[in-house]
Amino acid sequence: MEPEIYRQMGLTDEEFDRIKEILGREPNYVEVGMFAVMWSEHCGYKSSRPVLKLFPTKAPWVLQGPGENAGIVDIGDGQAVVFKIESHNHPSAIEPFQGAATGVGGIVRDIFAMGARPIAVLDSLRFGPLDDPRTRYLMGGVVGGIAFYGNCLGLPTVGGEVYFEPSYAGNPLVNAMAVGLIEQKNIRRGTAAGVGNAVMLIGARTGRDGIHGATFASEELSEASEERRPSVQVGDPFREKLLIEACLEIINEDLVIGMQDMGAAGITSSSCEMAARAGTGMEIDIALVPRREEGMTPYEVMLSESQERMLLVPKKGAEERIRAICRRWGLEAVIIGRVTGDGLMRIMENGRVVAEVPARALTDQCPVYERERRRPAYLDEVRQRDLRRLPQPEDYGQVLLGLLAAPNLASKEWVYRQYDYMVRTDTVAGPGGDAAILRVKGTSKGLALTVDGNGRYCYLDPERGGAIAVAEAARNLACVGARPLAITDCLNFGNPEKPEVAWQFYQAVMGMSRACEVLQTPVTGGNVSFYNETESGAIYPTPVVGMVGLLPDIEKRCGMGFRREGDLLIMVGETYPEIGGSEYLATFHGLVAGEPPALDLEREKAVQALVREAIAAGLVTAAHDCAEGGLAVALAESALAGGLGAEVELASDLRPDYLLFSESQSRILLAVAPEAGDRVLDLAREKGLPVTVIGRCGGHSLAVRINGRTLFNLSLEEMGKQWRESIPVLMAR
Amino acid sequence: MKFGVIVFPGSNCDQDVHYALGSVLGQHVDYLWHGDTSVSGYDCLILPGGFSYGDYLRAGAIARFAPIMPAVIDFARSGGLVLGICNGFQILLEAGLLPGAMMRNACLQFRCQWTYLKVENNATPFTNRFREGQVIRIPIAHGEGNYYADAATLAQLEANRQVVLRYCTPGGEVIPAANPNGSVGNIAGIINREGNVLGMMPHPERCAEGILGGTDGRELFASIVDCWQRGERLGA
Repeated sequence: MEPEIYRQMGLTDEEFDRIKEILGREPNYVEVGMFAVMWSEHCGYKSSRPVLKLFPTKAPWVLQGPGENAGIVDIGDGQAVVFKIESHNHPSAIEPFQGAATGVGGIVRDIFAMGARPIAVLDSLRFGPLDDPRTRYLMGGVVGGIAFYGNCLGLPTVGGEVYFEPSYAGNPLVNAMAVGLIEQKNIRRGTAAGVGNAVMLIGARTGRDGIHGATFASEELSEASEERRPSVQVGDPFREKLLIEACLEIINEDLVIGMQDMGAAGITSSSCEMAARAGTGMEIDIALVPRREEGMTPYEVMLSESQERMLLVPKKGAEERIRAICRRWGLEAVIIGRVTGDGLMRIMENGRVVAEVPARALTDQCPVYERERRRPAYLDEVRQRDLRRLPQPEDYGQVLLGLLAAPNLASKEWVYRQYDYMVRTDTVAGPGGDAAILRVKGTSKGLALTVDGNGRYCYLDPERGGAIAVAEAARNLACVGARPLAITDCLNFGNPEKPEVAWQFYQAVMGMSRACEVLQTPVTGGNVSFYNETESGAIYPTPVVGMVGLLPDIEKRCGMGFRREGDLLIMVGETYPEIGGSEYLATFHGLVAGEPPALDLEREKAVQALVREAIAAGLVTAAHDCAEGGLAVALAESALAGGLGAEVELASDLRPDYLLFSESQSRILLAVAPEAGDRVLDLAREKGLPVTVIGRCGGHSLAVRINGRTLFNLSLEEMGKQWRESIPVLMAR
Repeated sequence: MKFGVIVFPGSNCDQDVHYALGSVLGQHVDYLWHGDTSVSGYDCLILPGGFSYGDYLRAGAIARFAPIMPAVIDFARSGGLVLGICNGFQILLEAGLLPGAMMRNACLQFRCQWTYLKVENNATPFTNRFREGQVIRIPIAHGEGNYYADAATLAQLEANRQVVLRYCTPGGEVIPAANPNGSVGNIAGIINREGNVLGMMPHPERCAEGILGGTDGRELFASIVDCWQRGERLGA
């Protein structure tokens, strides 16, 4: 075979030699295609696998860790939550609407492939600056695509995050997380057990869309990427909705052994992964695969990434019943092959063998690379920058208004009002708060969900930034009163063949692992997205953490809005002079520099425990994480959320701008009834936590004094206007 | 009283309506399959929200041809209570059970938000627990809720008091700023001339319990039950 052929599919010469060695012969064109997609970074995790082993993955409540379609955690009463996050960055960079839409479709399929009823979607988005028309086009398309798919499925998009930073200009990040609910007895895994069992394909017909999407996801973006537009699949959420209902009926009637979504690498990946997990093989005749168009070659059928298809292995004798269920939902269900005992993927066309490779060669024998790691040179320059001499603002009110209007902090209502976040009637707290809360019908339980990440911190210190992503997610859950259970992560990085990127990746995973250990939130799976680079360089290293938490009694939950005149404002935790990597530093001084805030994980854990305890005891009327923008922004957000102002009096020898805008970790702002104040203070002191009464709720403005001097007094109207209108105005340009 | 919730392919608020009627209001409620051809034995039919057949053509345009629709139309014409919510409203328009048509939202985007509604007519089986002129709060979630009817049809709707719900401010002013989708006259819900078929864009099933942020939707469903229990014949 000409080297150009396999190289164009993304295989190296060494990898091709290895394939020859495994097969003991020259592979044919179809086989090379199968290896190329399965051994792509996207499917094979060849650069990340050794590093991902660092993640803690076990806890008594983790029912399924990494390696399956999705992770699963126990929530009691025989129920479990199934969840996973995945990226669709590259498709969204060139075709934002369909790229984002099919990102949602794919991650939702991972959830019901396990047998779970999908119940919610969250998304984490990153774009370039909004004053660039291309960013506005991308953001409009991505948000529209998520809305198109999620709304039609009848899944509420209940939370997320959106950030703007020049490093994402050519390579936006679109990470979607899906969450499902399941009775534990219904859990199914993607396994093809039972020699002789049928292999069925249900759902959409197979077309030429998305061929080599996985390969495309495993290379840098360039001018030529526009030509990859045909690699982007086209979504049909209506068909997926039918597929969900049909699959859940099939699961409820206990008709299948295993089920798997056909996402990246289509029939190839779903079939060989199911076989490899079970230690079996499969014989598939692709002539039996229903087509959307004529004249497709075996290669095209095997690599098509047509959406809304599932592969399943029925229990013996259940085939007819499955067909009947699918027929009722207007879906095709076809037997395309059988499970075999020889461990081989034997692909045929009308009985003629067109490919024959060991299933495990495609999965387990994927080459693994220990990439060379080197600390990037830029770090010394940006970290050692002296931030002590920055000029101090004259008008702190203007600074706060400016921060509230900064797109990273401004209200994201423009985004989430396009998402149906109420369908399924379980959304007790939707987008805009620290974490979303869903009730679990028929129980007193609630689920708390969040996605978090901070690329800026990771750029300055990937280890600390990774740890902060986990800590902040857990803190967000604590603010609504929930105990964090586990995470799923989407690791967005540049080209791992560059030692600096490999170093960032390793460091971020180390930091996340450490935080996951201490906060007892194991990793249950996720997705690695490398090659997020354009000609102008790599994105900020951006690990995104999706976290699930449990509220044992949903009546004991908390929101972030101030609710009652006269409530005391209590700050748990301490503010340090830490403006490195802060939104204040970026917005007002035009700098992304310094060290990100320090993180003491034991302190973090104690702060979260305190807040949960106080909420559970009914002592707290509002709780809000002090994060990006610092204390001043946290106060403004809580005031705006509740439509109630506050008077705050701080005593400190810190520079006022540091005190107000430092992003020190492990701080939570609480509002408590005056009569409950002492109990909260006592609880904090018992745990040895610093805690300060800083003011009272009341009025229609936010007034802040430091050491007796009034720094600003802003009306809710003024602040609200800046905060609410910023993104709509920018998008209307 | 027996409620039937019609399930079209792509309906996605069917379970929510079922839960509100069955678990919250304690009523008897069944799903009715789009492929069936009978609705006999039911006292009220609900066409729920969602994206029937994907709504790739025009919302509700395909669903009106579903096998169950002739039975729904007969049921409505013989005075049976029919409530179309969101996509269900769109289907009722397409099926000719209500006048007018739906266009894309004026903002050209999907909108999910709480809205305030003025109850313009409380003498209906669906709104009798509200006071006339009362402002209620029910969420919307749609991309095609921009109701349109020509001037003559509108004049008739107004003359016959068929406009039941209008988008308004919290204080009850019916003004453009309170209109989330550009619908003519801020119309959120209309009833047929006979007074037994209501179509509304807002989702009452999403506010039938306090934990979801409001209970006005529960009152709307309870109005139907009250009406039926009183055995009132319908109509203006």
